[in-house]
Amino acid sequence: MRAVLTPASLEELFAIWQRHPDAMPMAGGTDLLVKLRSSDRSDMRPLLLLNSIPELTCITTDTGQLRIGAAVTLSHIIAHPAVQANAPILADAAAQIGGPAIRNMATIGGNVCTASPAGDTLPPLYLLEVEVELLSPSGARRLPISDFILGPGKTALQPGEILTRVTIPKDKTFTTSRFEKVGRRKSLAIAVASLAAMFSLTEDGTMTEARLAWGSVGPTVVRLNGLEQQLQGRQPSALDLRQIVEQVKTGVSPIDDIRATAAYRRSVSANLLVRLLESLHV
Amino acid sequence: MSEITFKLNEKSITVNTPPDRRVLDLLREDLGLTGTKEGCGTGECGACTILVDGESRLSCLMVAAQLEGSSVETVEGLEQTAEGQLIQQAFVEHGAVQCGFCTPGMEMTALTMLRHDDHPSREAIREGISGNLCRCTGYVKIVDAVEHAAQEIRCCREEK
Repeated sequence: MRAVLTPASLEELFAIWQRHPDAMPMAGGTDLLVKLRSSDRSDMRPLLLLNSIPELTCITTDTGQLRIGAAVTLSHIIAHPAVQANAPILADAAAQIGGPAIRNMATIGGNVCTASPAGDTLPPLYLLEVEVELLSPSGARRLPISDFILGPGKTALQPGEILTRVTIPKDKTFTTSRFEKVGRRKSLAIAVASLAAMFSLTEDGTMTEARLAWGSVGPTVVRLNGLEQQLQGRQPSALDLRQIVEQVKTGVSPIDDIRATAAYRRSVSANLLVRLLESLHV
Repeated sequence: MSEITFKLNEKSITVNTPPDRRVLDLLREDLGLTGTKEGCGTGECGACTILVDGESRLSCLMVAAQLEGSSVETVEGLEQTAEGQLIQQAFVEHGAVQCGFCTPGMEMTALTMLRHDDHPSREAIREGISGNLCRCTGYVKIVDAVEHAAQEIRCCREEK
């Protein structure tokens, strides 16, 4: 039998964790419980439930930033007016994860800390240039998301530290944002490749800023800064798409796995961007 | 062992169970409610869908301790609700049940969907049941049934 610990505050969490240092934090459990069931049955480390801690389960906007608690569910994010207004691309991506029941359980903190190359909230979080807030008994710290995620399943989280919030700056507005995911089916599917894109467009369609991030085509999210800069100041209709296709295909670094081949993922990555740019023609 | 108190189909109960017991096993093995099915056991099929505080959840991916203080609805409680009866009737009348294994999860998903929106488009219904796999029907008859149940529920509400 495995103990299940349910702290009701951050203070209590760290007090309990000190007594059970081997406990595993669990938010939605949609990844962790699957993993535990398929792993060594003699592993009886306690579960440390995060969803009764108020700070971790709310979305706040009072500081001029949008702060999303780590144990906030994807359904809550999708339905939240402040997310829809300030980070619609995050709501879009969250809505394409799993199915409704999974989204009622799975959390943003879980998606971030699992650090799967196919984590669908990650490309939007990279584009929104969010910071993650981390807390341990020795204090709080903040890191840009791209410094937090180190590789597949690897993060900068230290032992005894938890992710408390994801902070989204509200200083910038983009006129267009899209998240597109290609999987084997529409729901309950892990991405073969995904593209998150945010543009600031003038009335004549000129891109004053472009941000692009691909998921599932590298160990972590792929952002092609050179290509982003190249798009700036240009109109989508005036671009050399063949050359952009080549740049994307060489810029991403996918692998072959059970869902798709690397070659297919390169093509899909490029095609997603071409289709998106063509849809922006004025 | 832990003592866990929650509401199950409108009745308050207290169970003495290992806190890490899967909710699916608690319901089926310990409480004898075998209406909830285990399909994949990994959160990919929706057969084990129950409602917790009115929202759909997968009982294969929950531990008993998470139920403390909550209100749980399973397919056994479906016929105790007016909407549930209409959903059951619609599934029967539209031939939405073939082997029946996905039906409990499908109906619980329909219940929460129609409580939130009693006039969903066919597309919204497809989206709503997108986490519940059915290998028999091809879904058309299930969407027909949910659409019809929605219509019946609207009629009931208007009469009141």
